[in-house]
Amino acid sequence: MKILIRSGRVIDPANNIDAVMDMLIEDSKIAKVAKNIKADADKIIEAGDKLVMPGIVDMHVHLREPGREDKETIESGTKAALAGGVTSVLAMPNTEPAIDSAAHIKMLKEAIQKSAQANVFICAAITKERAGEVLSDIPGLKKSGAIAISDDGASVENDTLMLEALRLAKREGLLVIVHSEDKKLSCCGQVNLGFTSTRLGLRGVSVASEYKRIERDIELAEKAGASIHIAHLSCKESVEMIAKAKKKGIKVTCETAPHYFSFAEEAVLGYDANFKMNPPLRAREDMLAIRQGLSDGTIDVIASDHAPHTENEKDIEFERAEFGVIGLETELAAAINELIENHLLDWGKLVTKMSLNPSRILSINKGTLSVGADADIIVVDPVKEWVVKKENLLSKSKNSPFIGRRLKGFVEYTLCQGKAHKWNL
Amino acid sequence: MNWVRKDLLGLEELSKEELELILSTAESFKEVSTREIKKVPALRGKTVVNLFYEPSTRTRVSFEVAAKRLSADVINIATETSSVKKGETLIDTGRNIEALKADIIVIRHNFSGAAIMLARHVNVSVVNAGDGWHEHPTQALLDIFTLKEKLGKIEGLQVSIVGDIAHSRVARSNIWGLTKLGAKLTVCAPKMLIPPGIEKMGVNLTNDIDEALKNADAVNVLRMQFERDGETAFPKQLEYFKEFGITKERLKQAKKDIIVMHPGPVNRGIEMSSGVADGENSVILEQVTNGIAVRMAVLFLVAQANEKIKNENTD
Repeated sequence: MKILIRSGRVIDPANNIDAVMDMLIEDSKIAKVAKNIKADADKIIEAGDKLVMPGIVDMHVHLREPGREDKETIESGTKAALAGGVTSVLAMPNTEPAIDSAAHIKMLKEAIQKSAQANVFICAAITKERAGEVLSDIPGLKKSGAIAISDDGASVENDTLMLEALRLAKREGLLVIVHSEDKKLSCCGQVNLGFTSTRLGLRGVSVASEYKRIERDIELAEKAGASIHIAHLSCKESVEMIAKAKKKGIKVTCETAPHYFSFAEEAVLGYDANFKMNPPLRAREDMLAIRQGLSDGTIDVIASDHAPHTENEKDIEFERAEFGVIGLETELAAAINELIENHLLDWGKLVTKMSLNPSRILSINKGTLSVGADADIIVVDPVKEWVVKKENLLSKSKNSPFIGRRLKGFVEYTLCQGKAHKWNL
Repeated sequence: MNWVRKDLLGLEELSKEELELILSTAESFKEVSTREIKKVPALRGKTVVNLFYEPSTRTRVSFEVAAKRLSADVINIATETSSVKKGETLIDTGRNIEALKADIIVIRHNFSGAAIMLARHVNVSVVNAGDGWHEHPTQALLDIFTLKEKLGKIEGLQVSIVGDIAHSRVARSNIWGLTKLGAKLTVCAPKMLIPPGIEKMGVNLTNDIDEALKNADAVNVLRMQFERDGETAFPKQLEYFKEFGITKERLKQAKKDIIVMHPGPVNRGIEMSSGVADGENSVILEQVTNGIAVRMAVLFLVAQANEKIKNENTD
């Protein structure tokens, strides 16, 4: 099977390419990238005025399988991923049961083999049942195929245990992804602490509960000499802390999610739980600091933190509603709207944050359009506008804060391992 | 000015004109309670359901009396005895009440935002009788009504609110309502009971009760709840009384005819001394009486607006 993508603007920062070219795909690999390719293709994709980029690598996704297939499955989640231009995801381990053993990884791999529509990589739990008490068999997790470990959704409270995990992870060459939250400070909070929590009469989550734990996590990583990746930055102080650590030469990377650069805390004033996530939406100046951090390179990665929840868990009293929003299908368009349109990132940098950097951080062979690379490619119409509609979302859950929003930038084609999917409005 | 809202969920979203309309409507209803036959047929044939997820006697009874004086039929649902205990969701409960062809749901809920959430999902009118720490609009309206009755106006008045501001829906609704009507507000509480950013609601802050009383035309004293979900609010009741309690002694430094209000029930010897609660400055019982007029006005206005909305939809 040969597919020719003709006259698209190829954006491939790994190879310093930003030029109008053709691309030939043979079976699951990129065979040729050049001007005016003459080839006997089975299928031709006309990409004039379109962007051709490596598929998005989303390193923060909750697929909910096993255990909560009512929210999402590997199949529905990876379908949603493809629709959003995401060709690889890192599946978080807070499933039921948590992915904390070789046996669970084996089971998960079989399920992925059976039903995944996109590439799924496995992140396993740092501690047994993510309870923060006993370390998982970290070497065993690595051997079984996990590429990172995280207790995402929770922070390992115990410093000694965390340090030990970091040392083991370093030895095994595993990335540690941390959900930096000091529960003692954030406990029971629903929205950002400040005027918004006061107005709504809800308990607040301070920014300190986030950046103070980031401070600890960085300190421990430095001590262990391990690579650490900080998940879902939401506030200004966290960005400053990471910038400081990077300056010091500590091996730290970090991500933010589209909702943190798209919305400020006021979005939650109607008690709509589609704007409820952890960490919460912060003040406007935090949102601007996140944007700035993306622009100046402090923040390495944009990841969705795709967190599906059913309507029964969301459309209820705000304090009872689950934390988290979906994001696979809107993350690229959100980034185009807020970051490209506001000139905070150029296309090369956007691809770097959404595909190349996560691939490098996870040490996976993705994120490039080099000849011989996996044919994980997206063709994007950068000016086509669309409205996010609940009924069009492919994710099993519909808890998106972008519902009703008009977004610019539409994924026309997603090629995953050479298999092409066409998307229509 | 016409009232167009099918619900009353809070005072934050109301305009000055809407607030004034409720107050003037309440004024005309107040007289009903002085008649020998305390009833008007304004809501005859309408059904009001009091849906209370939190124990409450005074607010529930006040709404019940108000509805009955408007000739509505009243049903009280307390969650301890209902299917809520069996796990029914708020939306389902609301829709079931709607299916009974009720016209107004008066809801009291321990979760902030519950009334707003319910109103999004039902077509019947929803009146917020207190949601979490968020708002208690009818309480604030009766406070404002009482102030206006006593002092003739709201604009330019100095009003102090004293007590647990952080956890108080009464405080929030009073602040929204009074500032819109042009009063100058001071909130006074121990530091840990002042929620962050409250000054953005247009109020002054102080931790000094004497300063709060000094130039005040009125002081609204909130009920202190010392045990709240295991949170430490303020260490000792006596200590609170010493630092923040309203006493005759303290009132000597205030304006002679300062109005003392309290949403009730009063913790005597904690928020204020008995002498103050029963003294000549206290309007606590008048507040209770005015609560009926204000709630009659609210029930009447939302029912009328919803009637109109329904007619427009069928036209």
